[in-house]
Amino acid sequence: MSSVKDWALPNPVSENRSGLIGKTVDRYEGRLKVTGTAPYAYEVEPPSAPAYGQAVSATIARGRIVSIDTSAAEASPGVKLVWTSRNVPAQAARGERANPRSQRGSNPTMASDAVEFYGQTLAFVAADTLENARAAAALVAVTYETQPATVDFMASLDQAEMPPGEEDTEIGDFGAGFAASPVKLDETYFSPIANHTQMEPCATTAWWDGDKVTVHTSIQMVKGGQHALAETLAIASDKVHLITRYIGGGFGGKGQSYDDLTLAALAARELNQPVKVAYTRQQMFQATIHRPAVQMRVRLGAEPDGRLNAFSIEAITHCARNVPFTEHAANFSRSLYAAPNRLTGHRLVRMDLPGAGPMRAPGEATGMLSLECAMDELAEKLGIDPVELRIRNEPTVDPETGKPFSVRQLVSCMREGAQRFGWERRNPTPGQVREGRWLVGMGMAAGIRGNFLLPAKAGIRITADGTVTLLQGMTDIGTGTYTILAQITAETLGVPLDQVRVELGDSDMPPAPGSGGQFGAATAGSAAFETGMVMRRTLADLAINDPNSPLFGADPTLVTFANGNIALENQSESLASLVARAQPDGVYVEGSISPAADARDWSQHTYGAQFAEVAVDVVTGEVRLRRMFGVFAAGRILNAKTAKSQITGGMIWGIGTALTETNPVDPRYGSFLNQDMAGYLVPSHADIVNVDSIFLDETDDKANPLGIKGVGELGICGTGAAIANAIYNACGVRLRDYPMTPDKVLEGLIAKGL
Amino acid sequence: MKPFTYERPKDVAAAVKAIRTSPGAKFLAGGTNLLDLMKVEIEAPSHLVDIGRLPLANIETTRDGGLRIGAMTTNTQVASDPRVRSLYPVLAQAIVSGGSAQLRNKATTGGNLMQRTRCAYFYDTAKPCNKRQPGSGCAALGGLNRNSAILGASEACIATSPSDMGVALAALDARIETLTAEGVTRSLAVADLHRLPGDTPELETELKTGELITCVVIPAAPTGGQVYRKVRDRASYAGGLVSVAAVGNRVAWGGVALKPWRAEKTEAALAAGVPIPEAVAAELAAAEARGKNGFKIALVGRLTAAALDETFAGRRA
Repeated sequence: MSSVKDWALPNPVSENRSGLIGKTVDRYEGRLKVTGTAPYAYEVEPPSAPAYGQAVSATIARGRIVSIDTSAAEASPGVKLVWTSRNVPAQAARGERANPRSQRGSNPTMASDAVEFYGQTLAFVAADTLENARAAAALVAVTYETQPATVDFMASLDQAEMPPGEEDTEIGDFGAGFAASPVKLDETYFSPIANHTQMEPCATTAWWDGDKVTVHTSIQMVKGGQHALAETLAIASDKVHLITRYIGGGFGGKGQSYDDLTLAALAARELNQPVKVAYTRQQMFQATIHRPAVQMRVRLGAEPDGRLNAFSIEAITHCARNVPFTEHAANFSRSLYAAPNRLTGHRLVRMDLPGAGPMRAPGEATGMLSLECAMDELAEKLGIDPVELRIRNEPTVDPETGKPFSVRQLVSCMREGAQRFGWERRNPTPGQVREGRWLVGMGMAAGIRGNFLLPAKAGIRITADGTVTLLQGMTDIGTGTYTILAQITAETLGVPLDQVRVELGDSDMPPAPGSGGQFGAATAGSAAFETGMVMRRTLADLAINDPNSPLFGADPTLVTFANGNIALENQSESLASLVARAQPDGVYVEGSISPAADARDWSQHTYGAQFAEVAVDVVTGEVRLRRMFGVFAAGRILNAKTAKSQITGGMIWGIGTALTETNPVDPRYGSFLNQDMAGYLVPSHADIVNVDSIFLDETDDKANPLGIKGVGELGICGTGAAIANAIYNACGVRLRDYPMTPDKVLEGLIAKGL
Repeated sequence: MKPFTYERPKDVAAAVKAIRTSPGAKFLAGGTNLLDLMKVEIEAPSHLVDIGRLPLANIETTRDGGLRIGAMTTNTQVASDPRVRSLYPVLAQAIVSGGSAQLRNKATTGGNLMQRTRCAYFYDTAKPCNKRQPGSGCAALGGLNRNSAILGASEACIATSPSDMGVALAALDARIETLTAEGVTRSLAVADLHRLPGDTPELETELKTGELITCVVIPAAPTGGQVYRKVRDRASYAGGLVSVAAVGNRVAWGGVALKPWRAEKTEAALAAGVPIPEAVAAELAAAEARGKNGFKIALVGRLTAAALDETFAGRRA
């Protein structure tokens, strides 16, 4: 196993001789996407005319199917098959893993008569056209025996239990420390259920060739999808060829497979014909995972100078009755601020809802909504500027583990952001700045998000024309993965960017964990880099052993790669000429990355600080963002353009969290109120007037050989709290209940006599 | 989606006849609402009569100095017409506050008036809705009804009308002209076009089967300021929580009822010299909170008072 010390040595990426690393590079697949020629899973052309499938969803939260009448659907025009739990082909039992190395267990559909959540697949129709499939699906009539369901989170808090295998983390004596603190804060915050709202729904096109199935599907993890389908169908995983080339947004919601994958594969086998299945927009809201609601109690005890004595976050959240998941809304805080007495933990309510699961920055995105408001409230109690309060609680080592930080530029983020934003113009007394009917205020929040490196592989092929192709079972969920992998490969091999091709999203390629947890770039990128280094050694060996090479007999350690050439001092030739002559069939190598044995000796995170200015309509309670600025420190930046797009995209999502996004459960039905994008409101262009961000210069040589870290999730961390704090500064209304819609703000304005 | 047939008649008479001779037929204009509803089978017409290219897309000045706006003018066309912008800024403002630019490019004046409620329970075909399925009940009653009506609602339906344009037209005393299935032309006030739900929320307008709106006629602009103000959860592309069109001392509300709501008691009180807050309260005395929408009463009151402050000062939106 490697050590982080190896990663600190100079390498082609850190030397960056071609300057490709950090450069503004347009998206590798951008032209295909904007011209509509990038085939997404549902649009892939199968080898012969496909049938179209449509799932029928449950309309109760919990109970049993008494009967399903499919006769009208079966008689409907164009219908090829109708399945229910009575006649769906056999699948492995839920969770079964015939192969212990499978990353995911069986995920059968319509496995029994039990209904476990509203939206669950109860029947399936395949027909000759999508329209006929949908029309027939609407004719399936289900009668139920309903059972009492737990679907109202706030009414079920008394059922909260310790999540399996977890315990609270206590350092020092929180109770005593809090009691002895001269200044105390004890408040409770709430963030609601939220949906990923990907533009592209879950979708699969499947066909069989003998005993092997090819599935084009929209999923963040190639191996996870391949293994889940293989286990479900009880076939070997090499009988599943999973391809996911372009993904119209995942955000955590496509970290797993859904019934579209299973049903397309089963129906294609049954009909001996390709089958396409997509979730409807309504099914995306009702039948895929969501970010769970979280209630967070924050207690802070401080000295008059602002130093924290006691620190606690207790989060209550929920998950589906049979699908354990904990939104770890307190974990981030264990590394954020210094305090000798600390208590953090989680409680979980089991509910009869679809699975709760990860959504962009799970844990941080919700948890920071509470703590970063609480810090603002504490700052006001103490009469200390919110930035200064955070600086006074900056730890020198990780406050819970005592480990050193790899790199920590949180204070620099806050100082740089305050200066560029004009934070000194903020009036600390709320409600003082009025422009016509608008009350204007500023708020800020700190941000932290963990950084990870997972094992991954990659392959590189160089053909006789000099084309370099990176092959990896990695996904690009719209983040820029294609582009940064091309940059890393080109820089590592010293070839121009246009000489590099990138092929991703295929289970036949060397595996990478996929996209999630902001580990994608570091993990896939490091594997690509290591594979590039293998290729350099392979090419050097090839050259020095080839009597026709100008490098014949040279010392391989002195060979360099630049401008598409392999060189030794003034002797050089192009990679194309070397490969064409010495190995005309092409050179293919694989490489891999693994976490360093000592990587976890450091507390390793990405950091940010966000500043918001909002205006509150004093008549209506409407909040409009005026400007927002974020400063982030996330290691070396690979691509200035895609990284900025990622980080500001996260900020924009956080704006939605603060102001609009919620999906309440109707307790009478156990269904979500909003099931389309006219009801579930994400920010529109008009909401995002002036949002900007910068990255601080940074390299984290404890992270990976590239010194990079993730940027996919950091941008949303703290955003909502910065806006909540700005609302308070603008109008004096302190809301602890997200999102901060006009009705809630108005109630506060009226209570203040405004 | 149910299979359907389609035709595009050449003139208004043929369009009306096509509907009359084909039970289950519907007019298709911009399609921004109807097609969405067809996809989820809330609307399931057997035949579509496409009126989108009928010669009803002109805006003409009337002899009394008003405007006659063809039913097939697009929302964008009306909102950007210089006469509309100078004479009826309240209308231009109302239109551009609705939908998105793409929708306004397709949506028509007639279609805007005929759009159906955005009540979430109306759209959720798994739930009872008397509008969708008469007699099935109203899921919004006792439900997550933050955006439901505070005026003119019934135990059968508490939905609201989504149109912004209609609110401004009601305040402007606009009228529509129609051609009935029998070929008769008639005229009625925009404010009288939509029915309150009562026991029959499935009956949404006073139009008879096959009756086609051919134009909207706006009388000459009254004196005084004009303001349209809409409160919504996000800055664009969101239905109103409440809205107000104030034209001089005339007031119409959106988001409070199943139709653009003329606040006649407020107008009468203003005419009698009652101060603005009391005049607004006069209309709101009948307002009724139903669960989660109570905030709308205070909200529309504050919004109206602020709008009237502007129109009384003679300002134009």
